[in-house]
Amino acid sequence: MNKFSGAASAAALIAALAPAGAFAQDKPAELNIGITTYSSGAASVFGVPARHAAEMLAERINAKGGIDGVPIKLHFIDEGAGLETLLTEYRRLVEDEGMDVMFASISSGVCNKIAPLAEDLEVINFMWDCGTQRILEDDDYDYVFRTQANATPEVLAPLAYLLKHHPEFKTLAVVNQDYAWGRDSWEIFQAALKSQRPDVEVVAELFPAFGAADFSAEVSRLQALQPDVILSTSWGGDLDTFVRQAGQRGLFDQSLFVLPLAESSLQRLGDSLPEGAIVGARGDHYFQHPERRDDPEFKKFNEDFKARTGEYPIYSVYHMVQAFAALEAVYDKAIAANGGAWPEKEQIAEAMAGLEFQGLGRPLSIREDGQAVEAQLVGMTGTSEAFPFKIIKNIEIYDAEPLMAPVGEESLDWIGKFEPGRLDISGTPFEN
Amino acid sequence: MTMNIAALALLDGLAYASLLFLVAVGLTLIFGVLGILNVAHGSLYAIGAYATATLGQWLVAQGFNPWLTFPGMIVAAVAVGVLLGGLIERLLLQRIYSKDPVLQLLVTFAVFMILENLQRMIWGVQPYFMSTPLTVLGNVRLLGINYTAYQVLFLPAAALVVLFTLRYFLRHTNMGAQILAVTEDREAATAIGINASRVYFMTFVIGACFAALGGALATPTTSLVTGMGANMIVLSFAVAATAGLGQIEGAAISALIIGIARSFAVYLSPEIEVIMPYLIMVLVLLVRPNGLFGKETVRKI
Repeated sequence: MNKFSGAASAAALIAALAPAGAFAQDKPAELNIGITTYSSGAASVFGVPARHAAEMLAERINAKGGIDGVPIKLHFIDEGAGLETLLTEYRRLVEDEGMDVMFASISSGVCNKIAPLAEDLEVINFMWDCGTQRILEDDDYDYVFRTQANATPEVLAPLAYLLKHHPEFKTLAVVNQDYAWGRDSWEIFQAALKSQRPDVEVVAELFPAFGAADFSAEVSRLQALQPDVILSTSWGGDLDTFVRQAGQRGLFDQSLFVLPLAESSLQRLGDSLPEGAIVGARGDHYFQHPERRDDPEFKKFNEDFKARTGEYPIYSVYHMVQAFAALEAVYDKAIAANGGAWPEKEQIAEAMAGLEFQGLGRPLSIREDGQAVEAQLVGMTGTSEAFPFKIIKNIEIYDAEPLMAPVGEESLDWIGKFEPGRLDISGTPFEN
Repeated sequence: MTMNIAALALLDGLAYASLLFLVAVGLTLIFGVLGILNVAHGSLYAIGAYATATLGQWLVAQGFNPWLTFPGMIVAAVAVGVLLGGLIERLLLQRIYSKDPVLQLLVTFAVFMILENLQRMIWGVQPYFMSTPLTVLGNVRLLGINYTAYQVLFLPAAALVVLFTLRYFLRHTNMGAQILAVTEDREAATAIGINASRVYFMTFVIGACFAALGGALATPTTSLVTGMGANMIVLSFAVAATAGLGQIEGAAISALIIGIARSFAVYLSPEIEVIMPYLIMVLVLLVRPNGLFGKETVRKI
């Protein structure tokens, strides 16, 4: 008897507490965002500025009342702590601390592991910086999205620029870091180059160790080979060291450098970079973005960032801006679709496809496979009196579509079908 | 053409080997005398480099003669070696000489982790550089290839100076004789009045100075990044182990073998460049488990 009434009253209590409508979820007290970024290790050249940006953006969103009145709270994980620790910490944040959205990660190697885990945990995950095109091409995900371009347009845009501005080259050498990005980016570049210019001879493929401190032997070999073009998709300390050692020994005088990630090294390299090197920015990211630089919002962000960190923003910072822009946009869209009520995570995931948002470059959109479509900025180094380092001149901003494998196709298969002249495309050119 | 390649690879290998030797010699000296494999050696290398960059940048910014960055490298290296090395030996190592080698390894590893973070706190994560010494020495043209005089002339010369000074110090000075005596038999040396604690302290500080000097001399050629210490400790361990731990001249020779093999790999088979040092170490240890010059049981420096 006692037992029965106990169960009955418990049932009544639960019934009383249950929400009236299935979708009218209560607004949470805060929106918890988990962010993986490098606080240690070589990639902290991207991770630390991006973390500053994340803190700035959260402060800014919270100052205007949060997202639909819900303040944002950030939780950081150090990607440099090692994959095992990272995955454990990721799982703990999602399962125990109840993260609403995760931003992961910088490293493609980490994204490879995180994507299936996020899917498994059913948590919305924005791949906010990693480049590998394979993840969303090889598998279908319901909860994993990428809020910036992938390796394919990021490599093809500098190649298109090279083909247009220096079509006379006959030989090319590559010096990439010996890890996933260095290898994958070369695979894409090489396949596309072969389809467009089968006459170009690749005279050396050099893959020095990730984090190598010395490229003397590589520089000597390149001096002996005298290739017309030297490609390097390296970044951070590796790129800085390579550029300096190449410059000190006069390699710039004999070869044209193509450096698709060098936007992130310009401020550190000062005048170590020559004029006329082709540089890219993994998207249309540049603190002197020709279409945005007079925009007050753009200027204000760059000034605030400079005041906070002493540096101008680099592409990883703008990638973080895009992740936040996508976050705000998707909540707005899902809330509107839900009749003004706070959405469930499934509704957020649904709202991602076709989402339109804008960071501090051109507007972006998310395709049905979860991949964002993002314009690509490429230019040449030049000198400016306003800055004590090289700036990007002769900028072209490329539309993303012609440079991306369509939904459902794998980049390398897609590139394999390129007709000659396929990459004879121009971006929007800018004088400056 | 083939002769040319061989000559180029030799020159590059020589420059690289000189830096490797400078770091490995400190590691091997400390192991030879104290019997401790000092993982924190990598941090001393990195901090020596950062201190050099800071001092060098300051000297240049103050408008001093750029040649002053050369003595600046030595000053920074000695300061780091004496201060940090001295503190590590006095506060930590001195208490654990009689303990299990595994514990000693763990303690130096812990110091390494602490110093890595300390270095991040002080210098941040953005790459640093200070290439003034390299710029003032200029380039030399050999076989149609531009080399920096710093790398192909100055570094090998510095390595030779260190090698011969160390040899002279150990064989022809009183302190050197004491170090050799303690290495041979600590108890007997103590019995004839040698202060073994002091010998250990001096040896560790000297070894630490070499690590910092390696970092200081590497500074002009590279970017200073977080994690550079970890890379270097692994490499210099490969050098020391190939030679046989505790072998100073051996370290010079194995640094040369590894440096030259690595640069040959860049020309002949770039794919294996990355694993070259370890490939050599494994091949040598398979044939001679105590290293090229290591002797069984008897430990000597």
